[in-house]
Amino acid sequence: MTSPFRTPEGGRIDRSATVEFTFDGQVLRGHPGDTLASALLANGRHQVATSVKFGRPRGIAAAWAEDPGGLVQIEEPFPEPMLLATTVELYDGLAASGLPGQGRLADVPDSARYDAVHSHVDVLVVGAGPAGLAAALTASRSGARVALVDEQSEAGGALLGTDDELDGAPAVDWVAAAVAELAATPDVLHLQRTTAFGLYDDGFVLALERRTDHLGAAAPKHVSRQRVWRIRARSVVVATGAHERPVVFADNDRPGTMLAGAARTFLHRYGVLPGREAVVFTTNDSAYDAALDLFRAGVRVQAVVDARPEGSPQRRAECEGAGIRVLSGAVVTGTQGVERVTHALVAPFLDGEVGAGSAIACDLLLVSGGWNPAVHLFSQARGRLRYDATLGAFLPGEELDGVAVAGSAAGVPDLAGCLADGQRVARAALGVPAVPSAADDRLPTAPEPVVPTAPLVLWRVPDPSGAEGSTSFVDLQRDATVADIARAVGAGLRSIEHVKRYTTIGTAHDQGKTSGVLTSGIVAELLGVPVQDTGTTTFRPPYTPVAFAALAGRDRGRLFDPERVTALHEWHVAAGAVFEDVGQWKRPRHYPRPGEDMEAAVLRECAAARTGVGILDGSTLGKIDVQGPDAAVLLDRLYTNLMSSLKVGSVRYGVMCGVDGMVIDDGTVLRLAEDRFLVLTTTGGAAKVLDWMEEWIQTEWPDLRVHCTSVTEQWCTFPVVGPRSRDVVGAVFPGVDVSNEAFPFMTWRDTTLDGVPVRLARISFSGELAYEVYVNPWYAVAVWQRLLDAGRPHGITPYGTETMHVLRAEKGYPIIGQDTDGTVTPHDLGMAWAVSKKKPDFVGKRSFARPENHNPLRKHLVGLLPVDRQTVLPEGSQIVEYRTDGRLPAPPVPMLGHVTSSYRSAELARPFALALVKGGRERIGETVHVPVDGTLVPVEVTGSVLVDPEGARRDG
Amino acid sequence: MQLIACPWCGPREEVEFSYGGQAHVPYPDSPAELSDEEWAHYVFFRDNPKGRFAERWNHSAGCRRWFNAIRDTATYRFERVYRLDDPKPVTP
Repeated sequence: MTSPFRTPEGGRIDRSATVEFTFDGQVLRGHPGDTLASALLANGRHQVATSVKFGRPRGIAAAWAEDPGGLVQIEEPFPEPMLLATTVELYDGLAASGLPGQGRLADVPDSARYDAVHSHVDVLVVGAGPAGLAAALTASRSGARVALVDEQSEAGGALLGTDDELDGAPAVDWVAAAVAELAATPDVLHLQRTTAFGLYDDGFVLALERRTDHLGAAAPKHVSRQRVWRIRARSVVVATGAHERPVVFADNDRPGTMLAGAARTFLHRYGVLPGREAVVFTTNDSAYDAALDLFRAGVRVQAVVDARPEGSPQRRAECEGAGIRVLSGAVVTGTQGVERVTHALVAPFLDGEVGAGSAIACDLLLVSGGWNPAVHLFSQARGRLRYDATLGAFLPGEELDGVAVAGSAAGVPDLAGCLADGQRVARAALGVPAVPSAADDRLPTAPEPVVPTAPLVLWRVPDPSGAEGSTSFVDLQRDATVADIARAVGAGLRSIEHVKRYTTIGTAHDQGKTSGVLTSGIVAELLGVPVQDTGTTTFRPPYTPVAFAALAGRDRGRLFDPERVTALHEWHVAAGAVFEDVGQWKRPRHYPRPGEDMEAAVLRECAAARTGVGILDGSTLGKIDVQGPDAAVLLDRLYTNLMSSLKVGSVRYGVMCGVDGMVIDDGTVLRLAEDRFLVLTTTGGAAKVLDWMEEWIQTEWPDLRVHCTSVTEQWCTFPVVGPRSRDVVGAVFPGVDVSNEAFPFMTWRDTTLDGVPVRLARISFSGELAYEVYVNPWYAVAVWQRLLDAGRPHGITPYGTETMHVLRAEKGYPIIGQDTDGTVTPHDLGMAWAVSKKKPDFVGKRSFARPENHNPLRKHLVGLLPVDRQTVLPEGSQIVEYRTDGRLPAPPVPMLGHVTSSYRSAELARPFALALVKGGRERIGETVHVPVDGTLVPVEVTGSVLVDPEGARRDG
Repeated sequence: MQLIACPWCGPREEVEFSYGGQAHVPYPDSPAELSDEEWAHYVFFRDNPKGRFAERWNHSAGCRRWFNAIRDTATYRFERVYRLDDPKPVTP
């Protein structure tokens, strides 16, 4: 079956093959090399969708990413919303449908892979049109490392849509030769189907390569579908071409209305006639090429309507020689038709006044209002734009370091000029020494450019219908009209940014590619100010939409964030542990037995640790090795208490504060030698504390002879906890005297187990007799197993972080960052005992003397016991002043503080909590209230240590 | 994404660095002798100029060294970087 609007020959499609696709349920055919848009046009189909607000028919109005009309959703082979028919390459089995301005998210997971690649080059050229190819050739011939990226399926840019010649042969032959030369040059990266969508600081460009989208279901699974290129370039050459600008008139959105240059592209590149009878409406010379090309291809060109009073004498003669009528000093004022243009309404146009018009029959209305250089990337790099009143366009208005604009993106009008400009800009980017001789860097010869007749800058044609522009569409994607702009200006808006937000112009899928400059022009006209003063809205990345999946790349699912596991992870999994995330660590939270929920498992684990023996994988604890003659001096300055007096072989608890006196971490310190300490930090604070030490050593105390390094992953740590822990540890390490006398609380001993070094430490985070066992991770599983075997007669019970938290909270040991929030001093925690009064200074000390830190209403860490012995207070609950009638006082309800930790206690046989409460220590014994699910729960304020406040258990 | 020239490693991507606030704010010699107000100025008060600003930076995902930089807070441009033991550059 032949498509009715396909030319008999020509174009860059593969006519030897046919692909079958479905659009809106209709089965159609096209050729490899088609876009969805060109295949639809070849089948005579202009309308693609209806508009977002008014439901008006909308069709294909341009040939690439600037098209505001043809939004589609791909349904098969993989769902993807909000694509342009003009940029979807056709493949067999494609099923798509038109979209009324809004897409539908896929309801199946995207199984494709996305990735990212870094690249570093001397010169990045964006755009493989004539200027970009010339720039890339010049740069590569100088030996520079070059990247050339272009968003289309093949190189050539505008040359693909014309019949231009270079060196007396089709220009596309030169393109092919240039591509071949680049491919044969080492250090050239040439990527097609790759859109540079963002230009950032210091030559950093993000580009999206669509690697397999065009293959449909045939896409190989092992190749990423899209790839984000992260390119760092010494120089960026922006050769992104220009977008043709429409002129606004009434009913200018009717399908069949198309940019003139787009019609040329459909003809030359895709072998498609966008219509049979055309009217061409222009304000400049370029649309005459479209008229003549279509005429030669067999389209009946009904008229060229040129808004300029004299038109273009030279182009007029060409047209009239071909029998094409040219109406100078005339405009298109509107269209007729329902789903497709049937008539263009043409009227005389003199000094801004529209005369009486007539209808000219046509099924294709081509429009050209001039060309807007695609300055998006230059503007993203904060390049200032300058308005050119002759072209009616914004051009790059300054030189930027490392970013240069070449070719029609810089406003160069003709092919020869674009080639020369690309070469010039590349040479400038490389610097003089790198430039090869002119003979080695030859440019092809382009036909002598015809001196054009000056264009007329015309943003809109007055609406003769009296409807005041309510169907004169500026932004087709937002259904925003001249009337909307007039309303915005009438409402007093002056800034183009405000008009944009009021009218929503430029905020849709195309981000104002065709509507932006038009809006600037119309606003300037309505306000009676120069367009330069109106300016443009800010160009922001991305240039065209980028899927979040592509930005995420491989960083999804398990690869989203690194997972850290301990040497015992497999054991935990086999033991049925339920894990929780602690920073990047996977830690066992509890080990439920069959039939147990977390509460039951934790109560059992807690009871074992308090009455028998439990064992915890504490390997995630942060560990910092601090070495050097001044190690003790450093720790004295950073901890609130004295570390220099610690004896080798002993352990001391310490608190660290910021200069503001607020607690930032706590932990224990083991003195390994006169000049060496092992600092234990919280799991989450390990990196922060190491950074903190480094910062002070480097920035304030470079004279200290001390070095710090993380040894978190060099030591696995297993606290063996409970009254029976001595029996277990004594059995596994018979060479160690584990008695209180020989191995007292807060000391450590080194030993060996079958030749493997092991360190034991009497440290307790539960209040019970406990021995922490430190061993190299290689031997962790074996040592852990020995401990379990030795503990079996005592019912040794592995426990997780939840039990660890309950045990420590019962003892009132705070978790920094959970029971504190950066506004809590050691004194607030009831830890004045850990603050040295002897040391003349340490970080934070001076702040303790600030009056606010002596405010009796500061929040203190206290315990809470719900009076009903039932309610587990939700962590984060507010504690409020209560009224005797049991109701909340009128808002604002006075807040006393909040619950920081809350658990059910096996030992206490009731729930309990820790909380920060205003003047809390003075309230011990009082009852306060916590709103829970709308009722006030009375709770008794207690000291923070609820279990064994005398500390009698730590020695067994 | 900017390139920041670490004095030890050369130009590296901005994500490798972390910011350390105003430079040349030394820890006072004798905090105990300062008034509350003087101490508060050390702890809480920092300049916030538009234009050149001497700042501390840390190449936290690289060599982990701290260094100082003169940066223009209006353009984000780094005008120079210097080591902690270098004197504060005299800027015009």
